Amino acid sequence: MNTVTLTVKNAPELFLECENVNTDAFAGKKADQIAKLGAFQGKEITTLGDYFTITGEAGATAADTKIVINGDCTKMKYIGAKMTAGEVVVNSACDMYTGSWMKGGKLVVNGDVHSFCGLAMAGGEFTINGNAGNYLGAAYRGDWRGMSGGVLRVKGNAGSDVATFMTGGEMIIEGNVDIHLGTHMEGGKIILKGNANRRVGGQLVKGEIYVFGSINVMMPGYKPVRDVELEVDGTKAKFTEYLGDLGERHPKRKGETVYGHLYMKQ
Amino acid sequence: MPKDVTDVICPFCGTLCDDLIVTVSDDNKTILGVKNACAIGAEKFNHQRLPGRVTRPRMRQADGTFKEVSYDEAIDWTAKMLVKSRKTLMYGWASTSCQAMSIGHEIAEKVGGIVDNCATVCHGSSLIAIEDVGVPSCTLGEVKNRADRVIFWGCNPAHAHPRHMSRYSIFPRGFFTVKGHKGRKIYCVDCRYTDTAKCADEFIQVQQGYDYELLNAFRTAARGEALPDTVGGVPKEKIIEIVEDLKQARFGIIFFGMGLTHSMGRNHNIDIAINLTRDMNDFTKFAIMAMRGHWNVTGSGQVLGWQYGFPYAVDLSRRDQARHQTGETTSVDLLNRSEVEACFYIATDPGAHFPVDAMISSSRKPTVTIDPHIQCTTEISDLHIPVAMVGVETGGCAYRMDNVPIETRKVVEPPEGMLTDEQLLTRINHRVDELLAKGGA
Repeated sequence: MNTVTLTVKNAPELFLECENVNTDAFAGKKADQIAKLGAFQGKEITTLGDYFTITGEAGATAADTKIVINGDCTKMKYIGAKMTAGEVVVNSACDMYTGSWMKGGKLVVNGDVHSFCGLAMAGGEFTINGNAGNYLGAAYRGDWRGMSGGVLRVKGNAGSDVATFMTGGEMIIEGNVDIHLGTHMEGGKIILKGNANRRVGGQLVKGEIYVFGSINVMMPGYKPVRDVELEVDGTKAKFTEYLGDLGERHPKRKGETVYGHLYMKQ
Repeated sequence: MPKDVTDVICPFCGTLCDDLIVTVSDDNKTILGVKNACAIGAEKFNHQRLPGRVTRPRMRQADGTFKEVSYDEAIDWTAKMLVKSRKTLMYGWASTSCQAMSIGHEIAEKVGGIVDNCATVCHGSSLIAIEDVGVPSCTLGEVKNRADRVIFWGCNPAHAHPRHMSRYSIFPRGFFTVKGHKGRKIYCVDCRYTDTAKCADEFIQVQQGYDYELLNAFRTAARGEALPDTVGGVPKEKIIEIVEDLKQARFGIIFFGMGLTHSMGRNHNIDIAINLTRDMNDFTKFAIMAMRGHWNVTGSGQVLGWQYGFPYAVDLSRRDQARHQTGETTSVDLLNRSEVEACFYIATDPGAHFPVDAMISSSRKPTVTIDPHIQCTTEISDLHIPVAMVGVETGGCAYRMDNVPIETRKVVEPPEGMLTDEQLLTRINHRVDELLAKGGA
């Protein structure tokens, strides 16, 4: 695997749209070719070379390419978005859409990310070693398909509207979340190690949510059914299982109604 | 002899009353009186004759004072600002005509602006919910003629849309609602006992911030599932009683306002209210409608939706695509994050409505405000361009809150030499063309 290292040399004045900073765009290119890829600040079209010092060269394909980004990326959007393979490591906090529409590969952010990250993620592994903003792993505006595959792990806290319209995959939040976790969820699995504020699993159709901490206010549409012992993300514990959201429509499978499941650690 | 102009459209709120009678002086220059309008609507017309109105553009000078300039100078300054800026916020549009909006959008496409309207601090969250789950709605005529169950949820038309209740939702006698008020059951759900609640048959006091939970409980009850003893301060027996009554409706309607759009959860509150409406359609006919504020904010959503597919916060900075993301391309976020380089405000007053931090950010950028009056935003702008009042001094198309287009009327002449929004934007558009042909500002 070949490594390309990007070091920020000029900070953008507005916000920089880095949709070309991913393994697929870099694949098969040398440092000078990568420097000529477009970067966008409003209507101004510039190049990656204007903002980054680029060393190394990419592999022949995305899978053979690793990108390491150093320097302050807090004003950079779309890093690692739409990547299908390979590896990206960002040693900074990032702005919006980091790892959104990701299909494969591995993305690690050693810092915080802003809102709309991991949006509609379909595959791969996305790790945030910091806090995440709102709409993590949710759907794009107006879309009914949020995160559908892959593994998204946040070491810190996440904001509100996390995993809205999630249809598949696994999300692990090691800290706390704000309101509206897994709203409109139609599949997949959310593991919350910390506490949730309110409105967990509102309008949830299918899927599983595991909560290790507490929920400030439980949704009225959830009904406790039984106690179960489970191993979740390496932790064995006793959980109370709830069915829900009973106010929402639910499909039938083999004559049986399919409900969503909420597990609260006892 | 003063004369009466009849069937005048009121350019104040989203109800767009169309039965006003305006008395105009013989020379067609002064409004002498307004009949049928509510107090706020009448005031809008009475503004026209107030002394001290600004009739020519004003440019900010180095010492902070304003100096009168010609329209030509103002147009040139505005066009240069738009062409030079890499990202411009073009906010407002809610109090102008759809024709003016379309010219404004043409400019925005050329200069890579971000077009946003007042929904961004108002019913934007309703629009997000509609993007997510659709909306089963109707016209206000259907409400007047058919509705026998009316729910006001988090809205107070007694103050915000004063004639809504008498024209459409509570009192009028319609084709199938011949008993008027007596034939309707009115519910009001709010965290406060408002003046609208006083007109309701039943007032349901919900704990602040528990609308989502209460709506979820309504949906759960409609499916016959069990409920906790109280939800948001409302006992479960009451919830079940209301849901059973709503199922008996011939035609039900939910009107909602800022109590849902700007309390905790925002778009999710509307989302679940729309889903309750959908559920109710399993039993009877039910509809839901946003109580839109500015008289033509619905029109701005219509024109943007028709041209770009999104109803507000449309980012055209990348030319080849229109993008929309509430939280990113919305005015307050753009200003708070200082993501834009210049501000162009038209037909609204963000200075009076935006958070202080956003306006502090705005005041540090080149700013043009196009508005008939001196208001909070003009005072922090570099350039104020006065224009004729749409719906009073010039006509144009507007959309009512139920998305019905209504052509507004001109009742008096604007002050001598004053441009309308359409004329001004057309001239700015031409100047932008000239500058772009030359290769920039």
